Amino acid sequence: MEIASLARSLAEQPFCKELTQAQVEFLAGCAKNARFEIGDYLFREGSLAESLYLVRSGKVAIESYVPGRGSLKVDTLGPGDILGWSVLLPPFRWHLDAQALEPTLVFALDANCVRGKVQADQSFGYAFMLRLLAAASQRLMQARLQQLDVYKAELR
Amino acid sequence: MDAWLLPRSRLGELIGALSARGYEVIGPTVRDDAVVFDSIVSDAELPSGVGDRQEPGRYALQARDDGALFGFAAAGHPLKRWFLLPEEPLFRVERQGSSLRFVPEPTRARKLALFGARGCDLAALAIQDRVLVADRYRDERYAARRSGTAIVAVHCGAPSASCFCTSMGTGPRAAGPWDLALTELTGSDHRFVVESGSALGLTLVRELGLESASVLDRVRAAKVPVVAAERITRKLATAGLAESLAQNPGHRAFAAAGERCLGCASCTQVCPTCCCTTLEDVTELDGSAAARHRRWDSCFDLDFSYLHGGAVRQSCAARYRQWITHKLSSWQGQFGTSGCVGCGRCITWCPAGIDITEEAAAVCGAPRKSE
Amino acid sequence: MTDPLLPEPMAVLRFRRETRDTFTLELDARPRGGFRFAPGQFNMLYAFGLGEVPISISGDPLRPAVLTHTIRAVGPTTRALGRLKKGDCVGVRGPFGTPWPLDEAQGKDLLVVAGGIGLAPLRPTILSALSRRPAFGRVCIAYGVRAPAELLYAKELERWRGRIDVDLEVTVDRGDPDWRGHTGVVTKLLRQFELDPPNTVAMLCGPEVMMRFAARELEGLGVPEPRIYLSMERNMKCGVGSCGHCQLGPTFICKDGPVYPLTKMTPLMSVQEL
Repeated sequence: MEIASLARSLAEQPFCKELTQAQVEFLAGCAKNARFEIGDYLFREGSLAESLYLVRSGKVAIESYVPGRGSLKVDTLGPGDILGWSVLLPPFRWHLDAQALEPTLVFALDANCVRGKVQADQSFGYAFMLRLLAAASQRLMQARLQQLDVYKAELR
Repeated sequence: MDAWLLPRSRLGELIGALSARGYEVIGPTVRDDAVVFDSIVSDAELPSGVGDRQEPGRYALQARDDGALFGFAAAGHPLKRWFLLPEEPLFRVERQGSSLRFVPEPTRARKLALFGARGCDLAALAIQDRVLVADRYRDERYAARRSGTAIVAVHCGAPSASCFCTSMGTGPRAAGPWDLALTELTGSDHRFVVESGSALGLTLVRELGLESASVLDRVRAAKVPVVAAERITRKLATAGLAESLAQNPGHRAFAAAGERCLGCASCTQVCPTCCCTTLEDVTELDGSAAARHRRWDSCFDLDFSYLHGGAVRQSCAARYRQWITHKLSSWQGQFGTSGCVGCGRCITWCPAGIDITEEAAAVCGAPRKSE
Repeated sequence: MTDPLLPEPMAVLRFRRETRDTFTLELDARPRGGFRFAPGQFNMLYAFGLGEVPISISGDPLRPAVLTHTIRAVGPTTRALGRLKKGDCVGVRGPFGTPWPLDEAQGKDLLVVAGGIGLAPLRPTILSALSRRPAFGRVCIAYGVRAPAELLYAKELERWRGRIDVDLEVTVDRGDPDWRGHTGVVTKLLRQFELDPPNTVAMLCGPEVMMRFAARELEGLGVPEPRIYLSMERNMKCGVGSCGHCQLGPTFICKDGPVYPLTKMTPLMSVQEL
């Protein structure tokens, strides 16, 4: 797909809000569109992390398989959410499963390409990492609140 | 202002005149090595020649050599227990098949005459009136017991080391309203200078046939609370206090007080303005009927702030902070005055000797006296 | 004026189980000509011989003939209420407290954020808003519970979701294998609504931690602090401001609350053990 129109679509993503147009176009070089049908796995725990995903539409469940309890959902992500900072951190493998709950359109950013660009252009790398950090921070806050199990009844 | 002379020997007649009018007279008397307020019928029950020594964590009676009847400071108990009963049944619940019937209990009210109430005691009554009668909810039971109360006040002449009414504007001279106010003048001619503040007061004066007080006696009487004020050493610095308490909930003074505080709730028991209550439901053993009582409660009680499996204010520090902040700060916004009248009882009766004036000063940034 | 400390007997018209530990009681208010209340207010409910609990009214303010409460069984009194059947009697005192400021939301976007049983005190406000829907801009509801089995008012949620003039998003902290909806905390849902934040009035009810996080999220989105409302909770006894129990800092939850603007709560919520 043409990089120019991909870049325009990519720029609309909340993740790219703080990136300059040049930086978005730079990133678009790693992007392609992808579609997952209901039940498709974007990735599975333990496999090599080959793409970073930006969700354009649909719903993705993050799951962990627990023997005896089955696949447990810990989170769902939707439009505007990013998944896959595993691509930038060793061992570059997924830690959880991701399954599409609805027909889902994503930007798939090739891991090698992103890693290459982050190293080649340090100022782009810095801006990109900062955006990832912001997303990770928010995800962590939400996970903390989830962990507090606030709806659990305090029995007398 | 008119003033009359009542010889000490005739004080009993005043008590008698009140009794004859159907008042139950509540006055100071000695019980269990302390001066307390209780029902009295004669002046023989008054603490004659009794003085007291009060300071943080200490209370002791002392003998006086002048036979004074009101030669002590704040009585051990305040007057509140006659108006906000320590325990009071509110209603019965009767079960009729599957339906319930709620039957209110009648209010127990007696005509009371408060004999020997001090300025701080009266200021505290006014504060409780504001909370229990003049707020959104009118406590009819309290109001019934307060209505028609006769007051014979006494202007203080013997403050203790715990007193700080001067800082709170509540004494030593008792501000009205009172029916009569007495100033005791001891000496070879032991007598009282009497002021009247109401029609009832005037009637009693006339009934007793009191003579007018001499100019000299009036001057002597006027000096008594002035001299008493000079003898008061404890001070509560009120400037900016409400704001300091409200804005510094993390002040280490609360943690420090919390280390010493036992959570025993003595202060709330003896404080004349503390009026927190709780509702208690009880059942007959056979389950046929139930009842609800209202009884005194204290913010120092761990259950007071119970919510969802535990108390919100678990630590003594948090409970002490709640009490002092409510008393000296929140009360202002809630009811328009400070909640404290400076009687010093909480200082005297605290087993740990915690001094509210010192804690307040610490939060305002003043160095402690012991530092 | 009846004595607000004396309960009124009311008969149970209907008992409905909502979840494993939560149930709804519908009380007959017809003998006393209907029970009028404002959304957000609560009653003290009395279980014979055991005691009273403060429970928000969760019914339709336009149907005063039935007085509705949704209750979670967490202690002896609420468990006793949970054993009641049609025809049994409870004692009722109220209504007490300040209501949700629905009028302030007129002409603006209305966002309701509920966590757990927090949906119950917000239900009357939702019903009230829907009964005069054109008075508001967007109406958005975010509802989070622990697990799918904990969802309240399931059929009603479906009706609300089915309306094109209501935006309803539901999430669970932990999904089960059959759950196809959102998983995660309710604060995550807030970004998904198409709101005009400077012109939004938000009403939050749920565990205090959840409300703190949600309020922060909303402030980050641009909803003004005075337009974010919370329903607060503390130990409650008399309900009329004279027993002292319900104080949160200088405020009495029974008469100054339970509904407060965030501006009043921000300094208080950050103090531990207040």
